[in-house]
Amino acid sequence: MSARRAISLVTAALALAFAAPSAIAADTPNPMADAKAFQRYFTTKFPKLKPEDFVNGPYSMNEDLYKQWQEKEQFPPYEFALEAGKEMFGTPFKNDKTYGDCFPNQGIGIRQNYPYFDEKEGKVITLELALNRCREANGEPPFSYVKDEMASLTAYMAFTSRGKPFDIKIPDDPRALQAYQKGKEYFYTRRGQLNFSCATCHVQEPGRRIRAEVLAPALGIMNALPIYRSEWSGMGTTSRRLVTCNSQTRAVPINPQDEEYRDLEYYLSYMSNGLPISGPGARP
Amino acid sequence: MRNVTSNMMLIATLLISGVPPALAASEADFKAAYAAAEAANKEAAGLRNQWTTTAATLAAAKKSADGGDFDQAVAQSREAEALAKASVFQATSEKERWKDMEIR
Repeated sequence: MSARRAISLVTAALALAFAAPSAIAADTPNPMADAKAFQRYFTTKFPKLKPEDFVNGPYSMNEDLYKQWQEKEQFPPYEFALEAGKEMFGTPFKNDKTYGDCFPNQGIGIRQNYPYFDEKEGKVITLELALNRCREANGEPPFSYVKDEMASLTAYMAFTSRGKPFDIKIPDDPRALQAYQKGKEYFYTRRGQLNFSCATCHVQEPGRRIRAEVLAPALGIMNALPIYRSEWSGMGTTSRRLVTCNSQTRAVPINPQDEEYRDLEYYLSYMSNGLPISGPGARP
Repeated sequence: MRNVTSNMMLIATLLISGVPPALAASEADFKAAYAAAEAANKEAAGLRNQWTTTAATLAAAKKSADGGDFDQAVAQSREAEALAKASVFQATSEKERWKDMEIR
């Protein structure tokens, strides 16, 4: 064996010895480290923005849009939904109970804690799911997850949390960590004929246009939901946003509130921990 | 005479090159092609990764067959099968590839 070959073998062995543990570490979920890297990525990419600016989505990326949005906010298009949601929220069910009875603090100012991981059930519970469960527990039929009443209710609940920082917890439970990891995997997985992942648009290209739309950054993207979208001519929930994203990439959407979507919402909301709730929002 | 010679040459060339003469597709051909496309799309469903274009192309194939155009129906079924297989490939390869895109 030549000296050069011997050195090469030793070098390769050393490289393997050091590389192996880091590869394992990279596969072990570390939500805190992930969130730190995630937020650093966006604040580095857009150094002029303050962290809280990201919750304004495309408006934080484009000066003209920002000016339009400021004018729009004087008579916000989500106002009707907000009023309707407030009224619905306070109206008792047939059994005289209310939505407030289903939630901590009577449902006021709690949006920033959703979704959470329910250790009894071993699954992620979103605000939309919790609202429909509340209805069903009180003998009422569930609402559509994608618009109208659900959007109004979540709009009101988000409004009562405006300014409060996202505070998503991942309990010390391997199932919670698995849900988080699955959400992350969904976020980065390419799907649909266009071969896009969520990250293709919202990590790689925020601020750029895709057709007429300015893409929002993934950081803070959950904070503004539900939203009024001019493109929809109406309100839409988190579920609607996710379903639409899928179909835009020519992927068949899964059902609203299926496990993958709930896990995705859990992951994305955790990534925006510390950023204020700004919902309900308005988008082009 | 020149035309006859040309046609003979063309036929001879096709025979030599092994290109089969185009025969009209039958309903049985369509059913076989459609079943293959459906099977591939079902596999994609199992991976939670169907494409909207596969569904649309399958629907178009069915419509062509209903209208009696089995040539078109077979071609569309084969296209749907190719799309479904691509979605299966995507889902399989993304099981590890998603990590390449992750912010670290």
